[in-house]
Amino acid sequence: MVTSNTDLAYNTKIEDTLVVTKADAVINWLRSSSIWPMPMGLACCGIELMASGDARFDIARFGAEVMRFSPRQSDCMIVAGTVTYKMAPHVRRIYDQMAEPKWVIAMGACASSGGMYRSYSTLQGVDRIVPVDVYVSGCPPRPEALLDALIKMQEKIRRQPAARELLKSA
Amino acid sequence: MSTAPAEVVSALQGKFAQVAPRPSGDHPAVDVPLADAVAVLRHLRDELGYDFLVDVTGIDWDVDASPRFSVVWHLFSTRHHNYVRVVAACDGDTEPAAPSVVELWPAANWHERETYDLLGIRFEKHPDLRRILMWEGYPYHPLRKDFPLAGIEVPLPDAEVGTLTGVTAKPVPMVGGPFVASVGEMNLTEAEPRAKDESWDERKEKPDTL
Repeated sequence: MVTSNTDLAYNTKIEDTLVVTKADAVINWLRSSSIWPMPMGLACCGIELMASGDARFDIARFGAEVMRFSPRQSDCMIVAGTVTYKMAPHVRRIYDQMAEPKWVIAMGACASSGGMYRSYSTLQGVDRIVPVDVYVSGCPPRPEALLDALIKMQEKIRRQPAARELLKSA
Repeated sequence: MSTAPAEVVSALQGKFAQVAPRPSGDHPAVDVPLADAVAVLRHLRDELGYDFLVDVTGIDWDVDASPRFSVVWHLFSTRHHNYVRVVAACDGDTEPAAPSVVELWPAANWHERETYDLLGIRFEKHPDLRRILMWEGYPYHPLRKDFPLAGIEVPLPDAEVGTLTGVTAKPVPMVGGPFVASVGEMNLTEAEPRAKDESWDERKEKPDTL
């Protein structure tokens, strides 16, 4: 028996102010609970992205209501809309300017695969130009679908070996 | 000064000898020679009350047709609520040109840029004729009859990103032709739109024998 503490919850009288845990758990909890999106709202999916930020669907529950349009201040680029070949280099440049760790959510059919636009002007999926972590299908996806993608993004982040990657890059 | 539909054509013919009515399903339409086009449009705007320019666009009849390109102006009268269409054939089948109406209606600026971008019709005396939908330096005019829907491979507009990612604007595989839905099928899986020719797709290339 390690301890005589039979409380289920954290008890300050016994554990005082010290909690022992894994670095990965803390880092991933911090990162996943505050994914600040960079809304690359290019077309109609941008409207549903805005709707997921309003009071009815409330992306703030997940810590992601802070829509930072500056790539320096954001974590996750949500590509919401059709990416044309004319726009593709700019999407890539914004992605390159984001600081690590960074993730990408491809929202909607056009960002995932070019959608209904199979033509000379539309990039057939934003994953041709940036690495994508989560794809959301729909045209446009409902805000709940985007929130589902955000939850999957959170689960993906929680699985990352964060401490090892930080130490490797140091 | 009435602009009832039947009278617009005859009013124009009274003033300009070479205006001819054109078969049209909806609104009165006239064919004019290119040299008279601006004068006809100015007359329509000032004398006959067609003050609103709805659209400036173009037609590519066929690769072998002569004249190959036509310019179309759609006008609307806000006082009399009538539309009229004016069509003029461009001179030059390989380097089509037409006069610009930006001095008559400033709204024509972007419409003419779009027509230049997609069909290649140059508008003379346009203040800023450059591409508007495709990027500057795009080598083709996509809405011409000899341009395939899937596109022709071109490098990305930004060379740095192109070399970084290795991506080009590739022609999109049409997966064996246009998608056609089966009508009257009750089983929705079978009724879904599918390619007419399913022998090739993105993973299995089309054989060159065709």
